[in-house]
Amino acid sequence: MSTKNQTASFGAKLGRLARDNSVPIMFILICAVCIPLAGFSGGYLLNEIITRMGRNTFLILSLLIPIMAGMGLNFGMTLGAMAGEIALILTADWQIWGIPGVVLSMILSIPLSVGLGLLCGKILNMAKGREMVTSYIVSYFINGVYQLVVLYMMGSIIPIAHSSIKLPRGYGIRNTVSLLNMRQCIDNLWAIRVGGVKIPVLTFLIIALLCLVILWFRKTKLGQDMRAVGQDMNVARDAGVDVERTRIISIVISTVLAGFGMILYLQNMGNISTYSSHSQIGMFCIAALLVGGASVDKASIGNVFLGVSLFHLMFIVAPAAGAKITGDSMIGEYFRVFVSYGVITVALVMYETKKRRAKASLGRQLELEQKGADK
Amino acid sequence: MSENVWTSKSLSDRLRGAVASFGLPRLIIAGFLLLLFIMAPFVGVNFFTQITNTLNRFSWNAVMVLAMVPMVHSGCGLNFGLPLGIVSGLLGATMSIEFGFTGAMSFVMAIVLATPFAVVLGLGYGWLLNRIKGGEMMIATYVGFSAVAFMCILWLLLPFKSPNMVWGLAGKGLRTTISLEGYYDKVLANFLQVRIGDLVIPGGTILFFALLAFAMWAFLHTKTGTAMTAVGSNPTFARASGINIDKIRILSVVMSTWLAAVGILVYQQGFGFVQLYMAPFYMALPAVSAILIGGATVNKASITNVVIGTFLFQGIVTMTPTVMNSMIHMDMSEVIRIIVSNGMILYALTRKSEAIR
Amino acid sequence: MTENAPLLEMKGIRKDFFGNQVLTDIHLSLKEGEVLGLVGENGAGKSTLMKILFGMNVIAETGGYDGDILLNGEKVRFGSPFDALAAGIGMVHQEFSLIPGFTATENILLNREPRHKAGVVSQIFGERLETLDRKKMQDQAASAIQRMGIRIDPDMVISDMPIGHKQFTEIARELSKDQLRLLILDEPTAVLTEKEAEALLASIRGMAASGIAVIFITHRLQEILDVCDRVLVMRDGYAVQDVPAARTSIPEITKWMVGRSVDTSASARADEQLETGRVIMSISRLWVDMAGETVRDVSLDVYEGEILGIGGLAGQGKLGIPNGVMGLYEAGGSVTFDEKPIPLNQPRSCLDASIAFVSEDRRGVGLLLDESLEWNIAFPPMQIQNKFLKSYLGGLIKWRDEAAIREVTSRYVDSLQIRCTGTRQKAKELSGGNQQKVCLAKAFALEPRFLFVSEPTRGIDVGAKELVLNALKRFNREHGVTVVMISSELEELRQICDRIAIVSGGRIAGILPATRSSEEFGMLMVSQVK
Repeated sequence: MSTKNQTASFGAKLGRLARDNSVPIMFILICAVCIPLAGFSGGYLLNEIITRMGRNTFLILSLLIPIMAGMGLNFGMTLGAMAGEIALILTADWQIWGIPGVVLSMILSIPLSVGLGLLCGKILNMAKGREMVTSYIVSYFINGVYQLVVLYMMGSIIPIAHSSIKLPRGYGIRNTVSLLNMRQCIDNLWAIRVGGVKIPVLTFLIIALLCLVILWFRKTKLGQDMRAVGQDMNVARDAGVDVERTRIISIVISTVLAGFGMILYLQNMGNISTYSSHSQIGMFCIAALLVGGASVDKASIGNVFLGVSLFHLMFIVAPAAGAKITGDSMIGEYFRVFVSYGVITVALVMYETKKRRAKASLGRQLELEQKGADK
Repeated sequence: MSENVWTSKSLSDRLRGAVASFGLPRLIIAGFLLLLFIMAPFVGVNFFTQITNTLNRFSWNAVMVLAMVPMVHSGCGLNFGLPLGIVSGLLGATMSIEFGFTGAMSFVMAIVLATPFAVVLGLGYGWLLNRIKGGEMMIATYVGFSAVAFMCILWLLLPFKSPNMVWGLAGKGLRTTISLEGYYDKVLANFLQVRIGDLVIPGGTILFFALLAFAMWAFLHTKTGTAMTAVGSNPTFARASGINIDKIRILSVVMSTWLAAVGILVYQQGFGFVQLYMAPFYMALPAVSAILIGGATVNKASITNVVIGTFLFQGIVTMTPTVMNSMIHMDMSEVIRIIVSNGMILYALTRKSEAIR
Repeated sequence: MTENAPLLEMKGIRKDFFGNQVLTDIHLSLKEGEVLGLVGENGAGKSTLMKILFGMNVIAETGGYDGDILLNGEKVRFGSPFDALAAGIGMVHQEFSLIPGFTATENILLNREPRHKAGVVSQIFGERLETLDRKKMQDQAASAIQRMGIRIDPDMVISDMPIGHKQFTEIARELSKDQLRLLILDEPTAVLTEKEAEALLASIRGMAASGIAVIFITHRLQEILDVCDRVLVMRDGYAVQDVPAARTSIPEITKWMVGRSVDTSASARADEQLETGRVIMSISRLWVDMAGETVRDVSLDVYEGEILGIGGLAGQGKLGIPNGVMGLYEAGGSVTFDEKPIPLNQPRSCLDASIAFVSEDRRGVGLLLDESLEWNIAFPPMQIQNKFLKSYLGGLIKWRDEAAIREVTSRYVDSLQIRCTGTRQKAKELSGGNQQKVCLAKAFALEPRFLFVSEPTRGIDVGAKELVLNALKRFNREHGVTVVMISSELEELRQICDRIAIVSGGRIAGILPATRSSEEFGMLMVSQVK
């Protein structure tokens, strides 16, 4: 009897585990189907994933703090990415290369990110309850401002010395800015090779440091306040927490981290696509985080690492697998775009339905109570 | 007594009230456009050509802006999921060409063939939005994106054969842009075209839009239309009055999706090309901001908002490049368009009165 | 500090909300370790008095108050609850103020968490970056729970707790504040089981013994007698009695609470006539999930042509009954109307059966605030009964008949004396009383056989009140419409109803003819139905 009960509860637990992690499981299945079809070697895949992990993890980690503060997925992280790009363009123009260049860019990006983060946080405080759609539109709006600055003001108002990054017309930045002298300077320092797989040790150390900072941050007073604000703004306000300020701080931190993340990302890529690098980055980071099993109101560091590996594994194998099946490599390209958007849609829908289900449970309780009274 | 209160208010108070109700951003945009029109002759731009261009673009886009109206009325918010309807329209367009219809007939058949897709997709989309009341706008955006990305795969895989549409070399897979010459290129625009000197008015397209707009206006005056407005105005009131809110909302979503499908076909006939793959991706934002510029809010919109908004938005889109180019030799129109349209949406999203629904 | 001064003194407290006097010359004094029971009907002024004491913002926003508050003989005037907290006043509200995903410990010390001594980072970036001292948090929470004397698990997450433990967590939070000298408990036992309530009473005695003064608000009078040293009875904004608890009894307190000498229930018809009437609506075993107004197991028969009142204290479930029957909140049980069963959870089925409802939530449910009066009044009949429509193409197109809509609206504007600039004025621009009349007009326009009216006079001035009540009575008498009126004001019910049912604890405590004395109804209100 008791063993039967145990197995039943074990089954139920397994069922719940599967339901809670349906998105990662689905991705594991997709990858399991695609990997043999794509026919890449294990070493190649491992190498690719390690590279992409180093490239993207920092950016994705920047999403965690606004989730903790109950502001949902921060589509406004693009703002940080733009700040990082502007800083990199300036450093590139000043010809400061290598690690000093990266560090200088990071320092330069801080005031920009803080400014943009303050703006974004203020706007989001005016749109409580619809933070996500608002942060999403904010990212488009600031993209317009970014273009205004980079395409028209740089070279005309903001001095840009080198014609190699200027458009031929004399102002505005070229579509691509080369960071060749900065390329992978952090990744290559202390890099080690294990059986043909290059491990960018310093990059991973930086990421590990950020993870530690986030863990530490959760233990601070500010972290505790953010969790409180995230769960119930009114209760937190009644207890004397400055809700608005706390929310703005969470967005500012996220924006600054996104700026750093973008600089790390671009030093790995080795060039900036001036007008498109940032536009998709928010979407891909959010999708990766969700693939790792995070939801709109809950995300952990574990979700980040699981997400970045699964998502990028899918990204690598899908086009090749698609090409194998249909003979057209574009199919796989489109498939991965579809999956990225699809996973965000599914996560958003699950979040909203969960919110509604929580509301409906009290009625069940009353019905049961009355039935209990009948007995 | 209250009349006295009204008249005793000073003129400046009333003016301030009028500005507040009209909205400062709208005023700025209207003023900016007016400035562009005034400056046009001075910088050597032909005024009438500009008006013609603006009218043309108005006629291409107005139906897609009209598609916003039903969902705003039923309280589903701004339809960021417009690409879903556009995709239905694209299916209608490609199938009409594939089946060999030409000329005006191909336009009619495109609408007919797009309708079942729009209805079925609209039903599913509406069902989904009913399950996630309160989070419509964000999810709508991603439903639209997902639909566009999914269709990209289908454009490659669907067994289209017409040589005018598929890649010449491979013999399969649709091209990214398909010319409509010989099909419905300018069928509406050339019908009832009015020419007054340099001014050319695409009478047919405007008439077509006017018909749809009239139908929408009429619908809002029927019993069901009244119910739809009430659902958007106060869903609890509507429910307490015995209205099936979910049904009305689904109806509004289907209407919006169908209008988006027709809207993209009207756009194509003016533009002359069918654009596939990622083209519908960002088509929702201009339509959304156009209706907001016209004076709509997240839960109130009228036909007048559609007309004024589309005219202002398209006016700025067409006028800025030419006027600014002639003035300072700098084409900033794209940047201005991005800032204006998204700024307008932000303004609507952050207004306090609209946060409470 | 003045020696021998009482811990708290309130002198001549007066308060009005926009000319509406809600508190008149309240005197109150409290010694250290004393437990004061505060009782009164809803609207007697208890909560306003406590809001003044606790420095709630709403008081300052509505023009402040007159009179003095003295703590230990020193005059104080709190600008915000935080000032009151700093002065050693704690309050446990009826609505929980807890973070659902936090443990009891984290909630008890919310925003007062002990922290580790400043590190390098926090010295640069401010004290909010100091890390929390979890160990110390555990200790402080445990000691607060210890002082309360009721065992709760300090590591349990709030959302997993039974409701009573949430209440105890709130109390422990107040006790964890070292400066606490006076604790206000606003109906703390309402959500507790009998055992938990007993534990709480024991805990209150313990607090008092340790020198903390307690103001205890409850509707369960036995608890007052069990635990309080003194009882302060309030009625209509006056403190009518202030006596030692040992020298009074439940019937006496009840009498003070409701005791009005007026007898206005002359309108009621004789008892016999009613009991023989035909049952038009029969409610049986109804439960309703309406937050704050939960209904459990209500059975009730309504006779044709009568005016039935449903009264009771706030939060006891009287509002849940009409909202549940009309399908606005999730409900179970069965309802028959005119011998036909009415399916629940479908507003349409009630409306089709000719039952109309005037909701207590005027702005949320009752009105389309952004639309014209015409729309508000004509909308339900248009949708339900196809009135005010012109049919074209054999009924395919049902066009709004603006002329008919205007005609019916102006008819009701005249008959109910709705003050407006015209039938096209937006509903949100009207005053509360006129909005209420629009809600009535909306229900009348349906020409129903049965009408639920919920709190029809809430928040409207005296003149409008009279008009609304008369309109209801006329509607009942002239059109033979059965009316069920739900109200918190007993006198109002006695004025126009034939019978009055009193709801307590989500159940019907009893039904009496309106001619019975106020005391009898008062006893039902504070009775506990099991």
